[in-house]
Amino acid sequence: MRMTKTLSLIAMLSLAGTAAWAQKSAVQSIEEYRLMLQDGNPADLFEAKGEALWKQKRGPKNASLEQCDLGKGPGVFKGAFVELPRFFADTNRVQDMESRLLTCMETLQGLNAAEIAKTPFGRGEQNNVTALATWLAAESKDKKFNLSQSHAQEKVFYEVGKRLFFQRGGAHDFSCASCHGQDNTRIRLQDLPNLTKNPGDGVGFAAWPAYRVSNGQMWGMQQRLNDCYRQQRFPYPGFGSDATIALGVYLGVNSKGSVSIAPAIKR
Amino acid sequence: MKNSLKITLSVSAAAAVVAGCAVGPSGVDLDRLTADIVKASFRDQGIVKAASLIDTDETNKACSAADAAGKPLDDAKAKAIEAMNLKAVKWPTDGKFLGDWKEGEKLAQSGRGLTWTDDATTPNGGNCYNCHQIDKKEISFGTIGPSLYNYGKLRGVADPASAAAKPIVEYTWGKVWNSKAYNACSNMPRAGHMGILTQAQVADIMALLLDPKSPVNQ
Repeated sequence: MRMTKTLSLIAMLSLAGTAAWAQKSAVQSIEEYRLMLQDGNPADLFEAKGEALWKQKRGPKNASLEQCDLGKGPGVFKGAFVELPRFFADTNRVQDMESRLLTCMETLQGLNAAEIAKTPFGRGEQNNVTALATWLAAESKDKKFNLSQSHAQEKVFYEVGKRLFFQRGGAHDFSCASCHGQDNTRIRLQDLPNLTKNPGDGVGFAAWPAYRVSNGQMWGMQQRLNDCYRQQRFPYPGFGSDATIALGVYLGVNSKGSVSIAPAIKR
Repeated sequence: MKNSLKITLSVSAAAAVVAGCAVGPSGVDLDRLTADIVKASFRDQGIVKAASLIDTDETNKACSAADAAGKPLDDAKAKAIEAMNLKAVKWPTDGKFLGDWKEGEKLAQSGRGLTWTDDATTPNGGNCYNCHQIDKKEISFGTIGPSLYNYGKLRGVADPASAAAKPIVEYTWGKVWNSKAYNACSNMPRAGHMGILTQAQVADIMALLLDPKSPVNQ
């Protein structure tokens, strides 16, 4: 069982203790740890759940999501993830994977998008959104990010996202750039990607959704951004709010040409 | 929720109008749109208020704009911001610049407090090791800020109470209390100025850096 193997590896690593950490470079150790986990990424379980949810008839309209348009036409899901966020004419909005899924859940299945957006991460329909996003990301695994910048609103959202990335505030004066604006820095032992430019294959935007080993949770990009803002001591960004999507456009466009490894596994 | 969704939609509509211009939206339009999007997107949660972002001070506003433009502040503006922040530094009311380095080490280790999952009773940490090397025994340190190992020793501080040490002691207090007093757009939080640490806690951090007995200066 993959899950058991993963858990025993975690137990082994915590027994190894801090002395072993000190021997190799911190980065080396963390990389080895991640490699050991690679052949047992519990994200598999969320992928399977997401695929089943896509096909399952649900909601007041008793319909599946199989006709959901993720930007490449109704029902086309392969390769959609690496082109999001993008502009959608039917909603007249730029949307990311998760906010677009809410639109499809409402229009196709009759579920209440606003209610789902209000639901805290890890509860109720939010778990389904995460599982769907995980499966859809997996359907674009190893493809290169290629966000559109052809629609005027997509360009506007890139510019807004850039301003948000550099916006300082809160008790600590932090911005995204405080930690992700330079090369080769780290917080404690955690390496920080420079997200003001293309950070490379499978780094930053190209690594989410991801399974978090430290807390045993599957996180989509919305939750990743939400927790960054929490640690920045910022107020709470609404799920699927324009700020989170504009930031996604900035990060996604910067990652153009980089390979998506999502769903990834993280410490 | 309905309300905020409506706002979001009207913001998007505004973007469509702005983007309709042949030349594209100006920087001023984009700044205004960003401010509208921030207002519609962020909400109070727990102890963190949306106002802490929306109504951030002139220092943060000027530095954010400079960072986004990729151009540092011009000298005059930077000097004005530094002067404003220096003026706001509160010097120790009891004249005690140095507290207990052992307490300072605990504060330097802690990254807790002031997030929306903390409550008002969570003691705030100084977050120092997140970005700085300090005591050499702690191998888990960040590199966004410079190493502070041997901070006092390197600056020749043998007796922090001496007249000779006064300038560096005062500078260090000012830097910890309000980092922007010396570098307008420093990445470092303003620990005293923003109420992250108390006067007594800043004194403990000072001791960690400057007390000749502190492990930092061995």
